[in-house]
Parts: sequence; structure tokens; C-alpha cells
Amino acid sequence: MKQTLNSGRAIVNLIFCVFSIAMIIPFLLVISISLSDEQSLIEHGYKWFPEKFSTLGYQVMLHSSHAIVHAYGITILITVVGSLAGLLLTAMTAYTISRKDFRYRKPMTFYVFFTMLFQGGIVPVYILMTRYLHLRNSIWALILPLLISPFYVMIMKGFLGKIPGEIIESVKVDGASEWRIFFQIILPLSKPALVTVGLMLAFGYWNDWFNGLLFIDDPNKVPLQLLLYRNMNAIEFLKTTAIAQQLNIDVSKLPSLSSRMAMTILAAGPMMIVFPFFQRYFVGGLTVGAIKE
Amino acid sequence: MQWLAREWKHVKKNRELLLLSLPGFIYKFIFYYLPLVGLVIAFQNYNYTKGLFGSKWVGLHNFKFFFTSDLAWRVTRNTIFYNVAFIVLTTVFALVMALLLNELSKRWFKVHQTVMFLPYFLSWVVVGYIATGFFDYQHGALNTVLASFGVDPTNWYQKASYWPTIMIVVQLWKAVGFQALIYYAGIIAIDPSYYEAARIDGATKWQMIRKITLPLLTPLVVILLIMAVGSIFRADFGLFYYVPNDSSFLYPVTDVIDTYVVRSLRTIGDVSMSTAVGFYQSVVGLVLVLVTNYIIKKINEENALW
Repeated sequence: MKQTLNSGRAIVNLIFCVFSIAMIIPFLLVISISLSDEQSLIEHGYKWFPEKFSTLGYQVMLHSSHAIVHAYGITILITVVGSLAGLLLTAMTAYTISRKDFRYRKPMTFYVFFTMLFQGGIVPVYILMTRYLHLRNSIWALILPLLISPFYVMIMKGFLGKIPGEIIESVKVDGASEWRIFFQIILPLSKPALVTVGLMLAFGYWNDWFNGLLFIDDPNKVPLQLLLYRNMNAIEFLKTTAIAQQLNIDVSKLPSLSSRMAMTILAAGPMMIVFPFFQRYFVGGLTVGAIKE
Repeated sequence: MQWLAREWKHVKKNRELLLLSLPGFIYKFIFYYLPLVGLVIAFQNYNYTKGLFGSKWVGLHNFKFFFTSDLAWRVTRNTIFYNVAFIVLTTVFALVMALLLNELSKRWFKVHQTVMFLPYFLSWVVVGYIATGFFDYQHGALNTVLASFGVDPTNWYQKASYWPTIMIVVQLWKAVGFQALIYYAGIIAIDPSYYEAARIDGATKWQMIRKITLPLLTPLVVILLIMAVGSIFRADFGLFYYVPNDSSFLYPVTDVIDTYVVRSLRTIGDVSMSTAVGFYQSVVGLVLVLVTNYIIKKINEENALW
């Protein structure tokens, strides 16, 4: 019995090793390309290990800086402001509909949930944002559309719904106001869910290019992913003599293949590094609750 | 009047909770409910300068325009094909992964969890770049590997026949890990005393999975399924735009409703038709959710979403 259990576990471990390797192979390829010498890429194609190591791709990206530094600034700003505000509003909304003694719980749940089932689509939102809210080229156009997602409200509600009602009852008897209960009792208790939803909001903001595409023309307000998208079609911006001079190389030798992948790493990287620090909360916070009671 | 007075008392009693929910309420109203008014554009010949209330009414003309175009069938078919494939495969793979995760020793769990999760947090733009790393004609890793076996390079971005598989693999790569963790969260929330009782009765692992884990996980699976069915007419624009690199050779198998709408918005600027298509997606999605929930309710009241 013990024997079969152990060999079973070994097989499971093996499956996961194969699976995990399959998951990271694409990452390794991009990292390898970004660190390869341009000439070896042109001659031998992309490989999983750099034939000739070179950091020129990254140097070029860092020297073409203005645009990138600016885009980082914009993305960090919307990520921080958006996730914090979104998290608070999501928690507030989810908390009220998780309270079984809240008289308007059912209509509010429906009101939130319905937005998950039926939406106006891109065009009406676009017209609302540009024509009536005048948010074209505003930083708010990058923040507001992602602020409260019904799906995250449901995740949050799933978690909050499991907090025993007696806890709330007992502090209420002591005369605490709803605001105090929310901020001093509920929020500290729901750390896993807050981290989970907060992180998902942060990734949503960090990775957003769509709202940028729709609402932003001003080059000073382009977020990182939109910059990456624009570079996909126009890597030519790299072919500027200024960067070549700074790096002391010939313009024709500017590495467009490796710098493209270096930019990809720079755009995805920071979140990849941040994420593992929070993941211990993740599983506990990922409870998707039912709509009905 | 008396009813109103009574209700007012309730409002006053609940006023703090109401205030707490007010910001969310207002937000939803502005960003989700107000745009619904904009759906009238679907029935108008929208003119940006005349606006919502000055444009000419054209009845169902925009819908007719879309449905009689020979592309309507193609994009609808592709959208449904991919979404059905995604729903079925993601659910199956994620469930298996979640069950296996549960058997994993704690030491390894963290490592695998991190790795599984990583792709979910990439933007589609980044995934598009990664895809070019594999499929690029001149330098791509696939052609490089093929060349080392003496096989001639393939121009992947022009060979439509490979793309259904590629799209499905990319989507699974990105989504399975996340969904597996949602299911895993559901599994560890199951009361351990069930398993203890089963163990005392001498149940095998497989029996426990079949008789305890899966039945208790069903409501969660159903919730995610119903949600997915509701968006079966909505394709992930990023996936279908960036991963095939918007290559027109691949449109027959990668063009979906959402890419079609954005393209017609950009090239011909047909606002009204785009709204009509969005309306069509939403209505069909809503009907599908209602029908699915109804059917599930008939089978097992417990598992229905509402």
C-alpha cells in the first residue's frame, strides 16, 4: 500500500516537472533571444541558449529611454492608483452584498452580477468616455474602465461570505459603526482575498493596452504595453543615429531582433518578479462564491 | 404612502451599508448601465456630430448589413469553435491539474504553482512577441529546430491549417494554470473530515476523488462553465489579434467577431454596425446563460447559478 502511494506521488511529481518545463520553455526562448548577439541570431536563428552572449539589446532599449521611462512612469502610476482604488471599491461593494442582514443585498447582487452577463460593448463605452466624459488623452481613461470588475466582486464576496456573522453581530452590539466594522474587522480578516484581487487588478492595469489604444494619442501618456505594441510594427524608431552614437556602434549594427525581445522582458518582467512574493495568499483568496444564497 | 414611509425607515436603518455600496453602485451605473443606452446606435445611422439623439433611425439595417456579409458566418463559426474548444479543454485540463496538485508534496507545490501561474500574467502583446520567437519565418525557433533536422522552413504566418492547434495551445498555456488554481482553492476548502471518514472505511484515492472531491467541486465547475458559456460569442481580442500577428493569410481560421469588429471600426469606421454586432453578442450571451442555468436547474437545483 505504502509502496504504491509513494510511486503514485513520484509519478505526480514527474508529470508536474514535465508540465512546468513546458510552461517555461517560451520564457526561456525570449530571455535567450534578448541576450544573444545580433549577428548570431541573423545567421543561426533563435535558440534556447545564446550562442554568443550580448547585452546590447538591453542597452539599446535603455538608451532609447525617454519613451520607455515615460511609459514605465505612466504604467506604474495607473497600476498603483488603479489597484488601490479598485481594491477598496471592490471590497466595499462585495462586503455589502455579502452581509446577510443587508436589506438590499439581493437587488444589489443582481445589479452587480447583471453587468457580467450583459454589456454595451466597445462602441457605447467609447462614445461615453470621449464624448460625454471628455476623457480622451486623460490618465483617467486608463484607470476608470478597469476599476471594478464584477468577477472580482464575486471572488471577494465568496471570501467575505465565509466570515461568520457572529463576529459582526458581537461588535455591533458593542456599538461599532458599519464603517468601523468594515475597516477594522473585515479588511484585516480578508487579507488573502485582498491580496489576490489586488494582485489581479495590478496585473490587469500593468498589462492593459486596449484602453490605451482606444483613448490615448498623446505620446506622453502611452502605457508600457501600448508602447510595446507600437514597436511591434515600427522597430525603426530604434534606428536612430543618436542611440548608435551613444553606444559607439554603427547604425546598421543596431540589434533590432534582440532589443525587441529585451523590450518584451522589460515590459513583462517587473510583475513576474513581484508576483511570487504574494502567491502564498493566492489559493486562500481565490474562492469563487455562488450568486445565490 | 405608508409603504414608502416604512421603506424609508429601512433605508435609514441600513444607511451605513448603503453608503458603503454607493461608490460601487454609481460606478456600475456610469460605466456599465449608461453605455446600455448607447445600444440604440445599433438601430441608427450614427453620426458623431449629431450624437445619440440626433442620428437617423434605420431599424435593423445594421444587423442586416452584418448578417448578409459573407464574413458573418465565418467569424461567428470561428468564435464559437474556439470558445467551445477552450471551455472544454481548459476545464478538463484544469480539473486534472487541480486534482494532481492536491497530491503534490508541499515542498514542490510552491514551485509548480508559480510556474503554472506565470503565463496568466502576461499581456497579449507580450505573448504575441513570444509567438514570433517561435513562428518567425527567418529566425523563429521552430524553423531553426526543423532546419537542424534538414526540414525546409515553413512560413507559419501564412499556413492557416496549423493555426487552430496553435491558438488552442497558446490559450491553454496561458489559462490552464489560473483555472487549475481556482479549482484547487475549491478542493482545499472541502471539509477534511469527509476524507478522514472515507479513509477509515478503507476508500482508495480514486474512490475519494470520484465520490467526494468531484461532487463537491461541481458547483464551482458549473459557475465557471455558465460564465464561460455566456461569453461564447465574445472572443479574446488580444489573443486573436496579436498571436496570429494580424496576418491576413490566417483570417479564414483566426478571424473572430471581436477582431472583425475592431477592424471594420478602424478601416471603414462603421460605428453603427460595430454596435449592432456587440449588441448581438450580448443578447446571444445572455440568452445562452439563461438557458444553461435553466437546464442545470432542471437537472440539479443545487448547482444552478441562481
